[in-house]
Amino acid sequence: MTTTLHRGLAPAETADALPRRRDLIDLDGWTPDELQALVNRAAYLREALAEPTRRFDALRGLLVVTLFYENSTRTRVSFELAARRMGADVASVAAASSSVTKGESLRDTVETLQALGANILVVRSSQSGAPDVIARHIRGAVVNAGDGWRGHPTQALLDLFTMQRHLGALAGRRIVILGDILHSRVARSNLWSLTAMGAEVVLCAPPTLMAPDIAAAYTTRPIPGTGERRRVIVEPRIEAALEGADVVMALRLQRERQQAGLLPSLREYTRRYGLTTERLALANPGALVLHPGPMNEGVEIDPAVAHGAASHVEEQVSNGVATRMAALEMIGRALAVEAR
Amino acid sequence: MAESENGQRGAAILLRGARVIDPARAMDGPGAVVISDGRILACGLASGFGADALLGPDVTRALGRLAAEGRPAREVDLPAGWVVAPGFVDLHAHLREPGFEAKETIQTGSRAAARGGFTTICAMPNTHPVIDSRATVEFVQRAATEADAHVRVIAAISKGEQGAELSEMGELAEAGVVAFSDDGRPVSSGKVMRHALEYAAPLGLPIVEHCQDEELVGAGVMHEGAAATRLGLKGWPAAGEVVMLARDLELVRATGARYHVAHLSVAGAVELVRAAKRDGQPVTAEVTPHHLLLTDDWVAGERTGPLAEALAALTGEPLPDGPRYDANAKVNPPLRTAADCAALLAGLLDGTIDAIATDHAPHTQVDKDGEFGEAAFGITGFETALAALLALVHTGKLPLATLVAALTVRPAHAWGLDAGTLEPGAPADLVIFDPEEQWTVDPARFASLGKNTPLAGLRLRGRVRQTWLAGRKVYDAGETAGE
Repeated sequence: MTTTLHRGLAPAETADALPRRRDLIDLDGWTPDELQALVNRAAYLREALAEPTRRFDALRGLLVVTLFYENSTRTRVSFELAARRMGADVASVAAASSSVTKGESLRDTVETLQALGANILVVRSSQSGAPDVIARHIRGAVVNAGDGWRGHPTQALLDLFTMQRHLGALAGRRIVILGDILHSRVARSNLWSLTAMGAEVVLCAPPTLMAPDIAAAYTTRPIPGTGERRRVIVEPRIEAALEGADVVMALRLQRERQQAGLLPSLREYTRRYGLTTERLALANPGALVLHPGPMNEGVEIDPAVAHGAASHVEEQVSNGVATRMAALEMIGRALAVEAR
Repeated sequence: MAESENGQRGAAILLRGARVIDPARAMDGPGAVVISDGRILACGLASGFGADALLGPDVTRALGRLAAEGRPAREVDLPAGWVVAPGFVDLHAHLREPGFEAKETIQTGSRAAARGGFTTICAMPNTHPVIDSRATVEFVQRAATEADAHVRVIAAISKGEQGAELSEMGELAEAGVVAFSDDGRPVSSGKVMRHALEYAAPLGLPIVEHCQDEELVGAGVMHEGAAATRLGLKGWPAAGEVVMLARDLELVRATGARYHVAHLSVAGAVELVRAAKRDGQPVTAEVTPHHLLLTDDWVAGERTGPLAEALAALTGEPLPDGPRYDANAKVNPPLRTAADCAALLAGLLDGTIDAIATDHAPHTQVDKDGEFGEAAFGITGFETALAALLALVHTGKLPLATLVAALTVRPAHAWGLDAGTLEPGAPADLVIFDPEEQWTVDPARFASLGKNTPLAGLRLRGRVRQTWLAGRKVYDAGETAGE
């Protein structure tokens, strides 16, 4: 399979090509072919969704439960919509605001949900590795909807999908991730998928917000399937980073970072690392601007960029539903195979 | 106690046939040991010629004396491949009692120690209540009278391990504690550490520091580096250990007090200890088996480092991956890098590091089975220590006699404990082990209540066969139920 977005494939073919995976915890083990197959399916589903009454049934008879230990309305709604459109029953547990607090252990909670019939657990947690721990305790499938600083695989898949829709193949492309890399699960998952697709990923942040040894962390892990070396560059100077970029992904800056002593002030961050029209001009013509949201306009991204012609932030959100449908469909098919 | 089994008066015992290693006397070879009245009566190497060739002159003479007294020694023949050594001395263990009896008790902990070949174990004071008073010291001493190991007590440096007011060190010394430590947490205040060193100096007991700058370490849960970055876990920098040690060593220089570094984990700290010793400072140090053998990759289930390499060489294939976010590999200080393992081993070999100590830290399953960030720190150590460490011997990186020394005479000497040798007159505390026997680590069969080990399921080479405490056999692998 070539690793770029194919259109016009027959629907059954894109579904049959989906990776044989029954959990989606992170993208570190994914081959370029697997990533491409999932994006191809998402592309097909996106077209099909243009018909508002169109329904799919890959998850018919399955119960999808969203278990969110952190509030994230957008991600939760995106998953719930995707699950319903795939024919699943959906229940949601807002663990952050319900009785599920520290007194009740993660294990107890997920075992209870399993006893209630959950087949697929979509989990958001502030704790890195929570989905791995859950997967050890239940028979059902686990989807990581964001865990601590570690991963947010469906976000990275929808980012890949969005980039490919506009740029085609990513091999040889220069993709800049700008901002709070240290605390970013979005950056970490994107590093796996984008480097697997052959892109060069440039990480740009003040050194206090850069994850330790991050280039080595990824380049020492060859790309599954091809064995090639991942390309990751750390560049703390924003101008040098943006030079020749094909994509600029700005990350949200939390105000706590300044209080934690990692930054002198938000003002200085914006002056030195904010994505402005002038800085964006250093990138290649037609470069895409992405942001996982929610944006702090005027902090990490200037409103003129956030809503400018290069911005594809809204499209990311709509691509998110199709991507999550494809991901859930992949799992539904794997569970059906298991059941046989 | 079955008298005939025991080496009590009237039942002296001759252990013969095995290799005897007593680093205190640079003794290593085929030999024999005679136990009587709970003490070593004689211990010697085969001389190679004459009537006493197999037993050596000292043992032959002792046997003659016993025969003349009308109580001939009962002979126990051991396989030639087995090793008889002084019982191991552990300067760092958490027995959890009082207060955390679901994790471990003095009984279960000392039984686990016996299974690991440890006969003298030093109990850390981070219990509930903290061991910071004569009453709590005596509680532990009383509870330990029936234990399967000699339990020595380490008392807290500060009241409640709060790092503010000194504990009543004078009275604690009178009660028989062997050292002072706020282990589990560092003494953050330089002023408090200075006064602790000054006050303890005339008592002659070491101050044991858990070296860690708490601000630098912050909410870290594993070693700061590529593995932590990939896992999205907050790291804790090597500098956190080095910075605190540097401060303390300057205070040691100023006070002249005895100072012992608990569980060294990073290369930079080894170098500081080496320099302090070269400078003649009264400093001693320990390292744990897990810091010598395992790396931060184990948290991700990737088995790298000396133990993984040794076991792979043994079986001819790489170890299978373990679980990701393995809370059983969560420990304080954290598992570091292969380069740190190498520096720690070099420190052990050149004497910079005096002792191997387990930092046996049992926890319940509930403490360990949630999210990695929420799990308790600590590894259960007694029952796997020897077998894991023998990997370094089997791969030729560590002489067996050096390993035995680091588990016996060197820790005993560091703290002045009456243990760690087979010299005549010494307590008859012995370990007998087979360096070759392979077995699979099954925490469910541990005597310890703590099943928290990252080594579960691994096949190790080397096994404790018997442990003798003051002339009494407290563990025999051949008699353990189900084996």
